[in-house]
Amino acid sequence: MAGSADSVRLTAELPAAGERRAAALSWRRLRRSSNLAVGALVVGLVVAAAVLAPQVAPYDPIDQEFTSQLKPPSASHPFGTDEFGRDIFSRVVFGSRIALNVGLLADAIATVLGVLFGLVAGYFGGRVDALITRLIDVMLAFPYLLLAMIVVAILGPGLTNAMIAIAVVYTPQFARVVRGVVLATTQQDFIEATRALGARPLRILVRGILPNIVSPIIVMATLTIGFMIVETAGLSFLGLGASPPTPEWGSMLATGRSYMLTAPWIATFPGVAILITVVAFNLVGDGLRDLLDPRLRGRL
Amino acid sequence: MWKYVGRRMVQLVPVLLGVSVLVFFGMHLIPGDVAQLLLGDKGTEADLARLRHQLGLDRPVYVQYVRFLADALRGDFGISIRTRQPVIWEIGQALPVTVELSLAALLFAVVVGLSIGVLSARRPHSAVDTGSMVFVLVGVSMPVFWTGILLLLVFGGLLGWLPLGGILDAGLNVRRVTGMPVLDAVLQGDWTAVRSALAHLVLPAVTLGAAVMATIARMARSTMLDVLNLDYVRTARAKGVSERAVVGRHALWNALLPVVTVIGLQLGLLLSGAVLTETIFALPGLGRLTITSVLARDYPVVQGVVVIGAVIFVLANLVVDLLYAWLDPRIRYG
Repeated sequence: MAGSADSVRLTAELPAAGERRAAALSWRRLRRSSNLAVGALVVGLVVAAAVLAPQVAPYDPIDQEFTSQLKPPSASHPFGTDEFGRDIFSRVVFGSRIALNVGLLADAIATVLGVLFGLVAGYFGGRVDALITRLIDVMLAFPYLLLAMIVVAILGPGLTNAMIAIAVVYTPQFARVVRGVVLATTQQDFIEATRALGARPLRILVRGILPNIVSPIIVMATLTIGFMIVETAGLSFLGLGASPPTPEWGSMLATGRSYMLTAPWIATFPGVAILITVVAFNLVGDGLRDLLDPRLRGRL
Repeated sequence: MWKYVGRRMVQLVPVLLGVSVLVFFGMHLIPGDVAQLLLGDKGTEADLARLRHQLGLDRPVYVQYVRFLADALRGDFGISIRTRQPVIWEIGQALPVTVELSLAALLFAVVVGLSIGVLSARRPHSAVDTGSMVFVLVGVSMPVFWTGILLLLVFGGLLGWLPLGGILDAGLNVRRVTGMPVLDAVLQGDWTAVRSALAHLVLPAVTLGAAVMATIARMARSTMLDVLNLDYVRTARAKGVSERAVVGRHALWNALLPVVTVIGLQLGLLLSGAVLTETIFALPGLGRLTITSVLARDYPVVQGVVVIGAVIFVLANLVVDLLYAWLDPRIRYG
């Protein structure tokens, strides 16, 4: 009995040492990964701007000021004003709320649905898998914006529907990645062992398989959030998403386009905001991938 | 090779069937039907019933689907609610513009992307390399619609070098043969029109190709770096082959393979970007047709465009896969 107690202690200690080593390794990688740090800092700033928008923005984002229309950037309006005399800086700041909301929500929807479909397909296999895989193939057969446009055509234009459309577009990609990881995991001995011990499918899925897909999912969710923000802005730019006077970056760009030659600042600043946010999210996503799961390089 | 082509073609059938099911039933979820939209507020109940009968909308849904499929296979997608023209005619007018734009964008992306990638790989971690990679990161993240607006502002507005949109200068006219503006101008031998059409194509092509170019550059750099360190390249150098030939003939060919994959992955981006690019530059292509139709609730056109778009996308992916199999015969037997 003493021997088995010892071995229990031993096995209990081994992973701890391993974790410490892994932690040290990650920390070293983290420090080396300055891109991740820069990205995280910028994402932090955008989040701060979104949370503190009412405090940061000097004006109301939809208040029209007819005495100061189309004013170039100045001390009182750092990014200038638009055709209705609205302060662009305030609109860009409030726009970060919409962008982050849309990005996070679309990402959450796509992640949940993708994980669900991917898990079910990968784990149960057979006809369920065949059906889900066919559906994924069919959805991936559409150029993504075209798929998003059908969804918007069905649901009707609007910011929420545009966001749902983008989530729908990304769901098959998530499902495909999850299915792949699940298939690879179910082949492993420890799952076989759990099954032999009589664990029920749900337990195997949640305790055995789910932990293995966490890191690819985190990486994928971070990498796609930037694209989701851009694509929702794109739908708004086309007039299928946010409608005026909502301070949404894409629709601000769309109106700014008409004043491009006379008042280029209207389109410039929301564009810079999108670019910075997206680059930051991409840096964080790339960094997280290298940190959590370098094998995913080139796959995600 | 032909067996492989055949097998891949057969695999497309269920996917395309799925596409038609998804589009057809998706469009059925929209409240109101085509008969109502065609008539507007003018028709009486009797007119509506007659039109419904005429269009087969009073039949069971599955019968309607089979009819839709049979018609679609013959290229008949019904009539546009907005213009009252056959949908397929509308698509025929718009498609060549998008094809020409996409090919020009792809050409730009491959030529510039490969050049940047190879240059960076020749001198890794130099100023040229770092600069190009920052440029590439920005390129990947730039929203298409913003790239377009900025290019228009700088080269169209401030510098005035290139036109602000459209496909030809006012006053010029080219007889429609293929529907592709540049090609038609060339076929007609009208060099003023060729120059004008090319000038109108430059900014949209760069806008659309920028993100793909950036991805190709990144991919080309990393594969070139790998390949340049392989033994056969060292052997070639040791034999005294000039650096130019080593890079151009020996290494580049092997670096092309992943680039072809990237192009395949980016095709969707290209077709999607075309919608935005055509909107910015006022090009009468498939993208603009789609957006106008969605906004005008012209569902027959939306339906047709989406099906055709998916077919083109799937076929283009097939071409990329075949190209891949041709470049690397191992794929065929895998």
